[in-house]
Amino acid sequence: MKTKDNQGPLWEVFTQKKQGQPFRHSGSIHAYDKNLAIEAARDLFTRRNEGTGLWVVKSEHIIDVQPEDAESFFEPANDKIYRHPTFYEIPDGVKNM
Amino acid sequence: MKKNTEQLEREFQEKIDNEVKIEPKDWMPDAYRKNLIRQISQHAHSEVIGMQPEGNWITRAPSLRAKKILLAKIQDEGGHGLYLYSAAETLGVSRDTFLQWLHEGKAKYSSIFNYPTLNWADMGAIGWLVDGAAIVNQVSLQKTSYGPYSRAMVRICKEESFHQRQGYEIMTKMARGTKEQKQMAQDALNRFWWPALMMFGPHDSDSAHSSQSLKWKIKRESNDTLRQRFIDKTIPQAELIGLTVPDPDLELQPNGSYKTGEINWDEFWNVVKGNGPCNKQRLAHHKKAHDEGRWVREACLAFAEN
Repeated sequence: MKTKDNQGPLWEVFTQKKQGQPFRHSGSIHAYDKNLAIEAARDLFTRRNEGTGLWVVKSEHIIDVQPEDAESFFEPANDKIYRHPTFYEIPDGVKNM
Repeated sequence: MKKNTEQLEREFQEKIDNEVKIEPKDWMPDAYRKNLIRQISQHAHSEVIGMQPEGNWITRAPSLRAKKILLAKIQDEGGHGLYLYSAAETLGVSRDTFLQWLHEGKAKYSSIFNYPTLNWADMGAIGWLVDGAAIVNQVSLQKTSYGPYSRAMVRICKEESFHQRQGYEIMTKMARGTKEQKQMAQDALNRFWWPALMMFGPHDSDSAHSSQSLKWKIKRESNDTLRQRFIDKTIPQAELIGLTVPDPDLELQPNGSYKTGEINWDEFWNVVKGNGPCNKQRLAHHKKAHDEGRWVREACLAFAEN
């Protein structure tokens, strides 16, 4: 994709609704540099006080799992049911556990 | 092991049938991708071109309150265009290509924005009727099968409800004002009613893309279903403020639903084909704004590269 007149590279925007909450992906924007990106993200995604925190990151810096690899990539978790609390047998009537 | 196309198509349709969203890097049929590129970009262009009829009244808004509201609404429309362009770009077409297709006339936008805004009452009619119709459509599209499009719709619907309410507030004030003001409100309703009904597109029996779009859940409900929902919501709203929908054949049926007269489809196709009152003006203005902004984009790029 050429960037010559494409309104700059693509950035992913993450907003935090309230302090203490996790940042969530809000969407993407085009911007030429990080200062313009964070201001554009503010104008686009927090016009109604939707954010107390804001991150932008260039999309090209995000590493993801390709859908066709997802099954084998996440497979190692499948046979480790002992990681879930429901795996364990505990006596009836035990409290606070 | 590589899957063949038949297998991929079957798995794709299974996901759709099970309400699993399709994400950008998932396999999808070419026609699904093409259909989405057309629909989402058309939707994005509509948001941005839709800024023009209202922009026409910013400097002549009747009060500072009205002006601030109008500015905020138009800014929202621009934002909605950006959400939608981003969603469309995930399908592999760049932002500048979408603009190029718009400027070349290859991509369309909603015909409603090819009608002129003659006076302040039109700001009321647009918010109430045009945004009202858009909301009915967009609420339904929140459940569209393509993830990025669906997420854009959810955001847009959250922001859009103020648009309709501010429009209805303008209409209410004018309808309850002087005789002349009420007449202006009625005149705006007269001019925008039929074009608003046309926003939902041709009848289901004449709609080129409908059945495949429904099977793929790009669209969730048919044109006629959505149009009827809008009609049934809007007519009581008109009655409440003493305005009359310009349709001599309008009939309240026993089931509480309204039957309207026939839409003038010659007018619809004429505007779609580029012969509406403002088609040339809207496109020329968009090109001009884009060209005049080029030096800003170039300056930003030069600064970023240094």
